[in-house]
Amino acid sequence: MITGHLLSAADLSKDEALNLLATAKELAAITDGPNKKLPTLRGKTVVNLFFEDSTRTRISFETAAKRLSADVINFSAKGSSVSKGESLKDTAQTLQAMGADAVVIRHGSSGAAKRLADTQWIQAAVINAGDGTHEHPTQALLDAFTIKQHLRAKESDLSGVKVLIVGDILHSRVARSNILLLSKLGAEIVLVAPPTLLPVGIDKWPVKISYDLDSEIGECDVVMMLRIQLERMADSFFPTEREYSRRYGLNSARLAKLKKNSIVMHPGPMNRGLEISADSADDLKSVIVDQVKNGVAVRMAVLYELLGGAPIGDSK
Amino acid sequence: MINISNAKLADGSVVDVEIDNDLISKVTKSSGTVSNGSIDATGQILLPGLVDLHTHLREPGREDAETVLTGSYAAAAGGYTAISSMANTYPVADTAGVVEQIYRLGKDAGLCDVNPIGAVTKGLSGEQLAELGAMADSIARVRIFSDDGKCVSDPLIMRRALEYVKTFNGIIAQHAQEPRLTINAQMNEGSVSSRIGLPGWPAIAEESIIARDILLAEHVQSRLHICHLTTAGGVELVRWAKKRGINVTAEVTPHHLLLTDELVENYDPIYKVNPPLRTEKDVMALREGLAEGVIDIVATDHAPHPEEDKDCEWQAAAFGMVGLETSLSVVIKTMIESKMLDWSQLVDRMSIRPAQIAGYKTQGQSIQAGSVANLLLLDPSASWQVDRSKLKSKSRNTPFHGMTLPGVISHVIYNGKQTVIAGRVLNMDGDKNG
Repeated sequence: MITGHLLSAADLSKDEALNLLATAKELAAITDGPNKKLPTLRGKTVVNLFFEDSTRTRISFETAAKRLSADVINFSAKGSSVSKGESLKDTAQTLQAMGADAVVIRHGSSGAAKRLADTQWIQAAVINAGDGTHEHPTQALLDAFTIKQHLRAKESDLSGVKVLIVGDILHSRVARSNILLLSKLGAEIVLVAPPTLLPVGIDKWPVKISYDLDSEIGECDVVMMLRIQLERMADSFFPTEREYSRRYGLNSARLAKLKKNSIVMHPGPMNRGLEISADSADDLKSVIVDQVKNGVAVRMAVLYELLGGAPIGDSK
Repeated sequence: MINISNAKLADGSVVDVEIDNDLISKVTKSSGTVSNGSIDATGQILLPGLVDLHTHLREPGREDAETVLTGSYAAAAGGYTAISSMANTYPVADTAGVVEQIYRLGKDAGLCDVNPIGAVTKGLSGEQLAELGAMADSIARVRIFSDDGKCVSDPLIMRRALEYVKTFNGIIAQHAQEPRLTINAQMNEGSVSSRIGLPGWPAIAEESIIARDILLAEHVQSRLHICHLTTAGGVELVRWAKKRGINVTAEVTPHHLLLTDELVENYDPIYKVNPPLRTEKDVMALREGLAEGVIDIVATDHAPHPEEDKDCEWQAAAFGMVGLETSLSVVIKTMIESKMLDWSQLVDRMSIRPAQIAGYKTQGQSIQAGSVANLLLLDPSASWQVDRSKLKSKSRNTPFHGMTLPGVISHVIYNGKQTVIAGRVLNMDGDKNG
């Protein structure tokens, strides 16, 4: 059982992470039934505090909270008091006054979730739903869940799974959280990117680095494609989107090189035709839709554990 | 008339000192007795008043953060008898009018010399030279020019500025930060920035400008001062330049002598500063550079900010730390306790050398008859715990809150007048007993 906040994948011990995945599996089984809703967080208030646009993550958290019968308040910065210059501190204190039990925060500033948790601005449990270029721990949990589901359903962890993470590692909170969590669960990680998109000092991370996708793709069990932001091109991280796509995109030729049981992942939203071709995204090896589905279960598990919901069995 | 009995000087001798009006009138070997009405300095060290060449006072424009008066309180409390106000005020100190205003406010405060630094370029824009000559000729007699906070990044403007100030023996103090290499940069680029996902500020962004400007200073035979050096590579470059006989001087801040980028881990903006905190290796190189004299002086880069600019998320926070009141103690901790400097060398780095560089004639004088009485008295064996709520500065953004630091200042004398008496700053809190 995790307590307090979920700010970084590093906050989770291996056992805590595996327990969360087990809880998520149990919750997924229940919500797959005819009545999707559990009464376990009735009376609790979950605030989705989104300073960046992210429909996917927000509705995933919203669905998760609602399936646990929590009240959900969606607060997006656009058109709100924040766009009128209100500070994070004042927003947090407002939510505190309204009795938020958990705050799910997405913020463009790395460390915003940690600040919210460390300061006295608000007492609620803080869940990091993506902070700047730092972390996105629930994405890593849902990725771990999906990998386990497809490749290690019967085993205790992800030992021996070889995961390729391809693309903009430098700016990717998904990559940072996944590296921390998946390596903790026993997976072996290879990062593939042009040197411009790899952070300084990465040689000290528990990963292997490669600049060449073609030499790695045939060896992996999981290939995780990261979204490439088009504005990176303007900053000369790579010459053109076509060159990026040729060198680091997943296309049918590379798809054909994958091992028989390997899976293709993407945190979304995808740039079809850029980092991933349409046929790769829609191929049988692609588990991208499963990732979205599992996201709800994993977020239910996180909310359930952090808000100390009634035992799951009670709802039966 | 002020008498000080039994004071130890930096060289170890113990003396009695007599001050008449603004001058030291007599320095004699201590009689061992404390005469009536004199300051008992037994066990304390008497040093020349400290001189800071890098202070942000925020007036005019941001009086909510600091004024010339509150900055003078902080200076006095920290043992400073001269400070130098940076030009990034609103309006910018880029005309004779603004520098004279600051100079007069300093005189009115009367707690230390307040010497304005003029902007190099109009509005700190980096595009067109400010009226450097007019500022030099003003009653403020400006000799140091800096766009601090911003780098004079255009090499041609930098060359012209270096050349132009030769007419009045001026000096350009460069904030070395290549802007293109530090777009949106938040902290030192290294393993910590990569792990915590904050945009990095590479050491070479500082070093490339230092290297360029050293060569420019050599080419045009002018004086260059490097503000707040932070990297081991920067120390190497200045060492090389000095060996080559180039007229370059450099400063280091107390916070860069003590703190590292590991502190940023929790995203507490109290550690957000420009230039950023670097690594342990850099800290050690800076200490060695200061000990060796490659880095000439300690300068505070005292940068007050109101509460709301630090009580927020990292990216929204302002860069900067207050430093006047903790500077001497941090230097004692990092340089005296480690035996890298002795007291005479500390006086050189914090008083004599800065006064020489800036041409402050009444400052940094040796303690002897005939010198202007700018002095501080310090108990080196006592220590104090930094409490942000007790700072004399108007702002509270000290990274040293809660730390116990060595060296307690008891008295400060400015132009023969006591500005700090038994630890209390003159004229603060209605205290008029000076």
